[in-house]
Amino acid sequence: MFDISGKQITVGGIVLALLILFPLVVTSPFGQHVAIITFMFAMCGVAWNLMGGYAGMFSFGQVAFFGIGAYASSFLLVTFNVSPWIGLMVGGVISAMLAASIGYPCSNLRGHYFAIATIAFAEIIRIVFNNWKLVGAAEGITVPMLKESVGNFMFHSSKLPYYYIILAFLLIAVAVCYWVSSSKMGYYFRAIKESHDIAHVLGVDVVRYRLYSIMISAFLTSMAGTFYAQYILYIDPESVMIMPISVQIVLVAMLGGANTVLGPVIGAAILIPLSEYSRAWLGYKGTGVDMIVYGTLITIISMYQPNGVWGSITYLLRRGK
Amino acid sequence: MSSLLLDVQGVSKYFGGLQANEDVSFQVNKGEIVSIIGPNGAGKSTLFSCITGFHRLDKGQVFFKGQDITNRKPHAIGKLGVVRTFQIAQVISDMTVLENVMTGGFLKHSRVPEVRKRAGEVLSFTGLFEKRHRNALSLSISDKKRLEVSMALAMEPELLMLDESMAGLTPVELREMIELIRKVRQRGVTVVVVEHVMEAVMELSDRVVVLNSGRKIVEGPPKEVVANPEVIRAYLGERYHAARQ
Repeated sequence: MFDISGKQITVGGIVLALLILFPLVVTSPFGQHVAIITFMFAMCGVAWNLMGGYAGMFSFGQVAFFGIGAYASSFLLVTFNVSPWIGLMVGGVISAMLAASIGYPCSNLRGHYFAIATIAFAEIIRIVFNNWKLVGAAEGITVPMLKESVGNFMFHSSKLPYYYIILAFLLIAVAVCYWVSSSKMGYYFRAIKESHDIAHVLGVDVVRYRLYSIMISAFLTSMAGTFYAQYILYIDPESVMIMPISVQIVLVAMLGGANTVLGPVIGAAILIPLSEYSRAWLGYKGTGVDMIVYGTLITIISMYQPNGVWGSITYLLRRGK
Repeated sequence: MSSLLLDVQGVSKYFGGLQANEDVSFQVNKGEIVSIIGPNGAGKSTLFSCITGFHRLDKGQVFFKGQDITNRKPHAIGKLGVVRTFQIAQVISDMTVLENVMTGGFLKHSRVPEVRKRAGEVLSFTGLFEKRHRNALSLSISDKKRLEVSMALAMEPELLMLDESMAGLTPVELREMIELIRKVRQRGVTVVVVEHVMEAVMELSDRVVVLNSGRKIVEGPPKEVVANPEVIRAYLGERYHAARQ
């Protein structure tokens, strides 16, 4: 299942080439924006999948790590003039450590109870940031304009660099997920998902491996948060710490196919353009028609593809053999 | 007593007011097959859980190869070489048979190709190799129990503790399981079983430990134990015992 065949390398290479060429063909800023946001959510979905899909820890609080990633780099840049690239790493480390410190006392929580804890955690983080004067409280942080360069992680004349950076981030996330899922850690995550008892029997240090899963997931999600801050150049709790982002991340992973490396990427490729275009075409009337269309499509996919889109594709491919 | 492997001393476990185990002691020597029997609710599975770190002891101590393993975490005890199975066969449902066994194999080895190779060897040993690519959930009850034993063996234990591996098997499957446990012992693995199927107990065990209401009442060779009046009383009741007198 996890062996790469020559055919897969060929297909992967072609897809990657198409993704690299995509913004050169689709030159409209909105088209490129949709692709960027899609990659960003794909990355978050892949990160969520390491926890939710493989290790069975359903998190509805991923936005906390996303937000911390956004805030860490922005705050360091505004206050200490630290490069966003260093902010990216600092944010990742803070997120991972926070994830561990909240994950440890939640070591025995499973299923719904774990999910509830993650919601509470993310809400607490949002409320703290909403009131924390040092990081701008409810007003948020405006990222100062710098000269555009890769070193400054900032570009004004074109979205292309952002596109390639987030594509690279996504590839890193996919590579990490692939490596984890096909190594000892991946097997242990799946044992933990089945039940703590069986994991214990198999000699798995459940507490430790759960923390690994949460920390890797938090780090990757935090990277996406820093990217978002550098891309939009303005953040506040209402844009980077709200529940709907967490839900979107779960949806992307679940609809694409949890428990598979590429499922969340497929999920994002379907859901995010759907959400962005329905909002662009139908949202302006202010009647919520876009949300109705979007919600209907999610319902249809969940009803007919309960294993996720990618799950169904691999099933069909295997049957075809 | 030079080959003493497992030494259980005065183990007590209470669930609230219920005493599940009360001052239970027994020893297992290297290479033995020891059965723990007793009526339902005698505390057999609880004793298993106490030895393997799934329950915290309230009193007593457990030594493995002279090392104190009392109240250690299950994974740490597993790493030392004590591995258990559960009464209801537990397998990882979204994995193939091979992947299930591999998950156990990661305890002592970390490289995937090596773990896969060893898992294949274990499956050949237990007779599941042909079914290695099947989903674990699609197996019959007897194959699932066999898989559980395979997963445990992949962890390369010195002491294997099987919780009712014979329950619910057909006579033919029962024979195969008895054979498998014999083969396991031949590989140098010491075995402790909790068992209700007396046919298997009589045939396999070197020694039998009988529990009743959480206490050890008798210990000895299987033939002696089943003739023991205390055991008959525990299993068949006071009246039956009196009638036989």
